[in-house]
Amino acid sequence: MKLKKKELTKSVKNFTINFGPQHPAAHGVLRLILELSGEIVEKADPHIGLLHRGTEKLIENKNFLQALPYFDRLDYVSMMAQEHTYSLAVETLSELTVPYRAKVIRVLFLEITRILNHLLAVGCHAMDVGAMTPFLWAFEEREKLMEFYERVSGARMHAAYIRPGGLYADLPLGFLDDLYLFAFQFNTRIDEIEEMLTSNRIWKERLVDIGVVSSKDAIEWGFSGVMLRGSGIPWDLRKSQPYEIYSEFKFKIPVGNLGDCYDRYIIRVEEMRQSLSIIEQCLSVIKEGPVKSNTSKQVSPYRVEIKNSMESVIHHFKYYSEGYSVSVGETYTATEAPKGEFGVYLLSNGTEKPYRCKIKAPGFGHLQALSFMSVGHMVADVVTIIGTQDIVFGEIDR
Amino acid sequence: MTSQLILNKGFVFPFIFFSVQKSESILVVLSTHLFFSIQCLKNHINYRYTLLSCISGVDFNSSNYRFAVVYDLISIDFNQRIRVKTFLKEGQLMASITSIFLNANWWEREIWDFFGIFFNQNLDLRRILTDYGFEGFPMRKDFPLSGYFELSYNSNKKRVVSNLVEFSQEHRFFNSESSI
Repeated sequence: MKLKKKELTKSVKNFTINFGPQHPAAHGVLRLILELSGEIVEKADPHIGLLHRGTEKLIENKNFLQALPYFDRLDYVSMMAQEHTYSLAVETLSELTVPYRAKVIRVLFLEITRILNHLLAVGCHAMDVGAMTPFLWAFEEREKLMEFYERVSGARMHAAYIRPGGLYADLPLGFLDDLYLFAFQFNTRIDEIEEMLTSNRIWKERLVDIGVVSSKDAIEWGFSGVMLRGSGIPWDLRKSQPYEIYSEFKFKIPVGNLGDCYDRYIIRVEEMRQSLSIIEQCLSVIKEGPVKSNTSKQVSPYRVEIKNSMESVIHHFKYYSEGYSVSVGETYTATEAPKGEFGVYLLSNGTEKPYRCKIKAPGFGHLQALSFMSVGHMVADVVTIIGTQDIVFGEIDR
Repeated sequence: MTSQLILNKGFVFPFIFFSVQKSESILVVLSTHLFFSIQCLKNHINYRYTLLSCISGVDFNSSNYRFAVVYDLISIDFNQRIRVKTFLKEGQLMASITSIFLNANWWEREIWDFFGIFFNQNLDLRRILTDYGFEGFPMRKDFPLSGYFELSYNSNKKRVVSNLVEFSQEHRFFNSESSI
């Protein structure tokens, strides 16, 4: 038999593998179709939506108050940051003003949430890369922070504490003392985590020069939050478009210069320290006062008032049964959630239900750049990049 | 219908109207002018809206222009935000802006998935958030909250099967008039 030359030439096809949706390093339910040439990633195609619950559709069928708890369940590691954004959006539409004490407590909890998120981000990132210990330390601290959540709202995670017009209730007795004790010792905990990681050779080998994003690319891909700051753009909505009382506080915005995973890790650690400093500043400016705005139709009355006034009983009943209508209008409210810019595009048609509530999740924007960031890297680096993007599927799949 | 302002402080592209509501800038443009408008807003030295924050779709069920597509842009240089809105009739094509903003792709895929608005020139317009093989556009106002199909595990067939949704009672929407 005569062999033809055409048949002799070998053609090498790229190898396609399915990463996830059950892979522990996929941070939930990410199905990634990786096209590999040897061990080098040629193309990464994320398939998302495995945790899609139709949050936006559900919100359209609930009233403004009932829509609030859905926001805790979006990004389930930075709960209050999202209910805060939604509350801000409703407040913008109905022109509610929030008393000063409520604002301070909000900022307090937003920064607690930021620490909560970054602890998980750094801890899980380290675990994905192979360091088990910081993860355990981080979770011990997270437990303490979630206890603070529990003390104010009754729930460890899905708090529904920040509500349109203020807060659900005032802080319990002794809360601020315990928060001070936490803040006092937490800096040392960050030091310990840093001691394990920052100059660790394995950690650096896995992170330095992995997933490099230039400042131009970061803007081109619509990054926000740490992903944008890691590439050297000092853009933080708390500074550039301040909401609540962030303009009163002194804090620094850490910025990376290489735009690699290591820079973003350093930024997350530094942001925890800055959050801690904001918490300390909050503790020094907090004053006695009301925690809800005094428009009785849009805010639930205090328990004391319900016991003493018939009118408050009626307001309470109307508030929790019918809800309240929000004036016609639209707003896109964005805040600096721990993962990046979390935005709510809220459209009201004057009824007690939102007409449209679009949720801009930071992770959604970041994940679509995964292919761009991981091309040319090894398969193991894809795990590092997913970790550095701080992916949580609750918010991406909505 | 379109007014045009050209001069150093005005806009250099046609738009229907510009307003500031609750200190947010809103710009309404014709869907045919959208691509050019976004391009101007991104590249013109006076605007520099270089970062696309998100694209949202809205369904105004009963109106003549059924859909709205809303683009939120950020100008990092000037610390400004702008919202560009455009309205579409049902079945009308929309120009994709993936050639201007790389990250527009997933947002456009999401709108295609949820509302069925087709983006011309988007080379990767697959469904994104709904299940493989999903039919219909779930965020349209005429799509029922419960959907049409539900999945369950059939132990005889040893696989997940989809059945039509069955309710013993209609889904009820409560409002101030309904007696509870």
